[in-house]
Amino acid sequence: MFDLSGKKALVTGASGGIGGAVAQALHAAGATLVLSGTREAPLRELAATLGERVHVVTADLGNAEAVEALPKAAAEAAGGVDILVNNAGITRDNLFMRMSDEEWAQVLEVNLTSSFRLCRAVLRGMMKARWGRIVNIGSVVGATGNPGQGNYAAAKAGLVGMSKSLAYEVASRGITVNCVSPGFIETAMTEKLNEEQKGRILAQIPAGRMGSASEIAAAVLFLTSPEAGYITGATLHVNGGMAMI
Amino acid sequence: MSDIADRVKKIVVEHLGVDEEKVTESASFIDDLGADSLDTVELVMAFEEEFGIEIPDDAAETIQTFGDAVKFIQGAV
Repeated sequence: MFDLSGKKALVTGASGGIGGAVAQALHAAGATLVLSGTREAPLRELAATLGERVHVVTADLGNAEAVEALPKAAAEAAGGVDILVNNAGITRDNLFMRMSDEEWAQVLEVNLTSSFRLCRAVLRGMMKARWGRIVNIGSVVGATGNPGQGNYAAAKAGLVGMSKSLAYEVASRGITVNCVSPGFIETAMTEKLNEEQKGRILAQIPAGRMGSASEIAAAVLFLTSPEAGYITGATLHVNGGMAMI
Repeated sequence: MSDIADRVKKIVVEHLGVDEEKVTESASFIDDLGADSLDTVELVMAFEEEFGIEIPDDAAETIQTFGDAVKFIQGAV
């Protein structure tokens, strides 16, 4: 089950907690990886712990030219892209009334527009191969909203609509496009929360705990597997019951 | 028939799974040969590879029939 031997996977945001766990899971299933992120050192570190079948291509997804160059560089390094995991994301939280155009635009650019551009670029190879897997990492707040995250929630909800539209277009070519939407996950980002903030969040989660990055990675691995070939346009929520949608 | 037309026809026949005799000069990919819009994108991709050329999107839109494709490629190679 879930054998990705011979498949080449591009994972963006691989230096982050969830991205790193996704990379590990896909690699353990046999995939050849291209790890992408803005900072080279943590990517190299991750690559070193994974061993063979791993390439590193740095890219700042806030830069349109870098986004254009990434899929080409990834395909050259690995010999193609069969699996794309759009995981990179940033937050620029602010109350709606105080949110600047720049905060809005930056979050949309990295979280939504770069995903669009990367999807578009990898489709050609996937259509020829009659096989492809795209998994976009959304967020529970894309479905529920969250105060202070108007930009982030808009981008994450946008990913869902984009994924469904693309899923329609390429389903007949053996390409699936899905979203995995994490709830609260233990990462560097949530480590910064104080006990009171954590307590308030945990009260909303029926599972009574935060999720782990590896639990997101397991959902991504499933959707990239040959076994999930009949699942497309779906959003898999991984949130401990926080939002049952 | 020119060599280019033969190669284009071969791609069309293979990609759309149609009989060779249906691929006439005025045959429309969508109306006569059963292509959907994604097929036409894939055909253009296949032409680009076969002939080592680049077909920009606005030009691709004008390629509606087998004859259009041959004419465009003859001008581009």
